Order: sequence, then structure tokens, then C-alpha cells
Amino acid sequence: MKIDISLRFFRVWQRNLAVYRTSWKINFLPPFLEPLFYLIAFGVGFSGLIGNIRYETTQVSYVSFIAPALVAINIMNNSFFESTYGSFVRMYYQKTFEAMMATPLNAEEIITGEIVWGATKSVIGTAIMMVVISFFGLVSYPVALLILPVAFLGGIAFGAVGMCFTAVVKTIDLFNLPVFLFVTPMFLFGGTFFPLSGLPVWAQQVALALPLTHLVNVVRALNYGIFNQDVLIGICYLIVFSLLTIPYALFKMQRRLIK
Amino acid sequence: MDNSQPLITATNLKKSFGDFIAVREISFTVEKGVCFGLLGPNGAGKTSTIKMIYGASPVTAGDLSVFGLDIKTKARAIKSRIGVCQQENTLDPDLNVLQNFEIFASYFNIDKKTAQARTMELLHFFALEQRRNFRVAELSGGMVRRLIIARALINQPELLILDEPTIGLDPQSRHQVWDKLEALKEQGLTILLTTHYMDEASRLCDELVIMDNGTILAQGSPQSLISKYTGHHIIEVTEPGTDLIKYIQGKDVWQENLGHRLIIYAAGEHDLYRDICSRFENKDCVLRSASLEDVFLILTGRELRE
Repeated sequence: MKIDISLRFFRVWQRNLAVYRTSWKINFLPPFLEPLFYLIAFGVGFSGLIGNIRYETTQVSYVSFIAPALVAINIMNNSFFESTYGSFVRMYYQKTFEAMMATPLNAEEIITGEIVWGATKSVIGTAIMMVVISFFGLVSYPVALLILPVAFLGGIAFGAVGMCFTAVVKTIDLFNLPVFLFVTPMFLFGGTFFPLSGLPVWAQQVALALPLTHLVNVVRALNYGIFNQDVLIGICYLIVFSLLTIPYALFKMQRRLIK
Repeated sequence: MDNSQPLITATNLKKSFGDFIAVREISFTVEKGVCFGLLGPNGAGKTSTIKMIYGASPVTAGDLSVFGLDIKTKARAIKSRIGVCQQENTLDPDLNVLQNFEIFASYFNIDKKTAQARTMELLHFFALEQRRNFRVAELSGGMVRRLIIARALINQPELLILDEPTIGLDPQSRHQVWDKLEALKEQGLTILLTTHYMDEASRLCDELVIMDNGTILAQGSPQSLISKYTGHHIIEVTEPGTDLIKYIQGKDVWQENLGHRLIIYAAGEHDLYRDICSRFENKDCVLRSASLEDVFLILTGRELRE
């Protein structure tokens, strides 16, 4: 089967935006409250136990260490959960893709629209979170604004890998596997709540093979207003990761949708 | 395309899923302006056939052209000119009725203004204007079905494809759907439908094919199929006695003995019926018009399909 994607994929994106807008007040809540809760819990309750953390040549407070990680985790969660649970519900239970397939839209465009939508949600969530975190004085503008395009790239990467799972799972419960074997370990060990240097060397190497570690590195550096090697490596990693997962997701979903 | 050319031409059309052959090299044509039916028991290959026609399922072998265009190379152009009403409820439950129509229209790149105007027209035609701000979950089965048909017309299709349009509906809703489909037929719309309701096929279809196991068993208008396969009249005897069975077997008539029921086909003359009634005093002997259902059962057999 060949891949044929026209700009019509944007129609699928618009469909998801229309649904998002009907309940935007609820959709805005998680990216608003989540960083607030984490920052209060860790900033007020936890950081007294920890003190400062070394980042490159400077010391940063624990709260400003985890704040950018929370942004990166939000980027991952938004697009990954959208293209797994969200897309699966639309495909399997709601027959939304089936209806689309009877119009000039094709399978590739539907899936592209879904992945791009997931990335858009990552960007929206990131923007809201950055506003919240800014109130704690933890963001260095204007460089930190570059986190928004990075959120889109990260959203594409995690949306595409989520779609690869969606293309192969038989039932919705099976998403527990990638969530507990892929997402949760990255959430805990991807340089998010403690520096990678706190891990044994082999575990650091495993962490560096995973996308969230790189996304956290990029977002953290940009959040501090720094361009370093991590930014470059991380962006390259996310681009290559996307270039591998997008075609695979499209190909597998074509096989699943077209019988 | 010129008007004399058929709207759909299928030649040796085949569909297989691995080792399973769903459609076995069938050929048929659908002329412009007719209502064409695909009839058959479950698993006959009806849905597989129409899915190939609306481009959702690739053709395994053979040729299929719609509007004179090859489905293998021009699927997008073909899909933009047809309306499809799938068997399942494919309305978008995340959206209300109006949004369902407007967003569906956007998949065809129809601009918003035109989409809104057509939506109101279609809702009016299907008597659903009052429901325009409802969510799909708040609607009855009959309304959902009418909405799916209405939505399939948003791009002003030249061909409307319906997969089991009245499955699971109550009689009132079925008749309402039929009325609307008849009105669309009047307007000259070509309709292709699958069904296993024979009354539906008799009422709506100008021409039909009866399929089973992926092949076409018979083709023609409902009336021509009846005269060809069963004759116009049928005598049906419930709980026939042995003497009656013996008597009928002695006659040179086409009959089918189902144990508790004896069916005599092509009972053109009323004499045989009167004969049976006077000789055997059987109260459960009726003379009735043959229907498409009789043709269907003769051609596809009486065994259950699982």
C-alpha cells in the first residue's frame, strides 16, 4: 500500500478541535491544576528535605528543577494518551474513522490528523502550564518561548509512538502494557524528579535511549534560557524518533483500517 | 460521462481475506437512476461488495468502475461523489446534530456557508429540524438512521449506498425511511442498497441480485424473479395428512415438503387449490401470492447461517 497524504488531514484535526472546544473549560483544568499541585507539594512540602540541585555549573532550587520536567511530562501525556485511548475510542467504539473512510479522506490522512491533533494538545497544555509556572518565577523568557515549538515536536513523537500501539492492540485494556512498561518508567527515571547522575551508569544509558529523557533535557535547558549540547541532541533525537514512528504508525494503521 | 453508460460496472469482481473468498468474481452493472438491491443471507458478500464500491476495501481481482472511473486509481474522486450510509451508527457521539453535519461536510471540503444551508435543507426533508441541537445519544434508533441517511446526502451525491438501511428499526421508522428513500428515487438519485428484508427489496428495488457464498444466484426485477423462480401463486398447507401428501405427489406439480408444511409452487390455476379444499377439508390450506421471500428461500436454501 502506498502513502498518500493531502492537506485534507487538517479536516480531522478540525474535527478534534471542535470536540475539544465544546468542553474547553474542563480540558483547560488538568494542565492548569497539575503543575500547581506538583509545585506546591514539592516546593512547599518536599524541597526543604532536598535543598538545591546542581545543573551544569549553577545551583537550582528543587522546584525549578522539576518545573520544566513537569512541562515535558505533560507534553508526553497529552499526545500519548490522545493517540492511544482517544484514537482507539474513536476508531473502535465510536466508528468515527469508519465514517471518515467513506468520504474523500483516506486512512493516512485520518491518522496524520490524529497525531497532529495530539501534538496540538501538547502545545496548548504547555502554554497553560508555562503561565502557571511563570507565576513562581521559574521561567527565563524569551528563550523559554522556544519550548512551544519543542512541545509540538515532542507531541508528534509521543503521538506517533502511541499510534503504533493503537494500531496493534486488540482491546483497550492492553494499553496498560505500554503505559506501565514505557510511559511510567520514563516518568520516574527520565531525569524528571532527580538528575540522571543519581542512577547507575547502565540505567543512565537506558534512560538516554528513551524519548522523555531527551525531551526533559531540551525543555529544562530552554526553560533556564540556555542553549547547550543537550538541546541539539534532544531535538535531533526527537526528529529521528518521529521519522521512524510516523511511517510505522501510518503503515500499521492502514493495515488495520483497510481490510 | 454520458447518460447511456452504467453508473457502476463490476467485471469478475473478487474479494478475498487471506484464504477466505468473500466475493467470487461477480459481474453486474447498475444503471443511472435505478434502485439496485444486493440481497443475500448473512455472509453472502454483500457488504464486501459495496465496501469495494465506496473505496473502503481494495479490490482483490477484477475490474470495478464507478462513474466511468477506475476505483483502483480514482478512489478519492469517486468517494467525493457518493454518499454512504453504513450499517453501524457512525454518527459522531462527541458532537451535536448540526456539528455532525457541518464537520462531515468539511471532509468533502464543502465551505461552511453551503454546509449550513444544506444541513437545514436535509434536516427539514427528514423532519429532524427540532433535533438539531441534540446529541446523538439522545436520539432514537429511527432518528439516528434517518440522520445517517441525511448526512450521507450532504455532498449532493450522484449515488447513494445504503448497507442494511432499516436493520433494527420498528415498523413505523422503517416505513418512514422507505418513504424518504422513495422520494429520493423520484428525484432521480441512483441508490444501491443491501438488505435481507425481502419486503424492503420488493418495495424499493427496480432491479436486484440475490447473492450467496460470494456469487450471484439470480438477477432481475422483483416481479421477473418471482415469475421465473416460483410462479405467481403458491399453495401452502399446514400439517398436511399422509393421504394429502400422497395425492399431491401423484400430481405433476412442483412441491416442497417441509414436514409440518407442504408448499406447492407455480400454482397458477385455482383448480388445484379448490380440489385440495374440497377433497381433504383441510382448514389450514391457503392460496397466496408468491413473494420475493419465496424466491430467496428457493435460491439460498433454508439452512441457518452462522
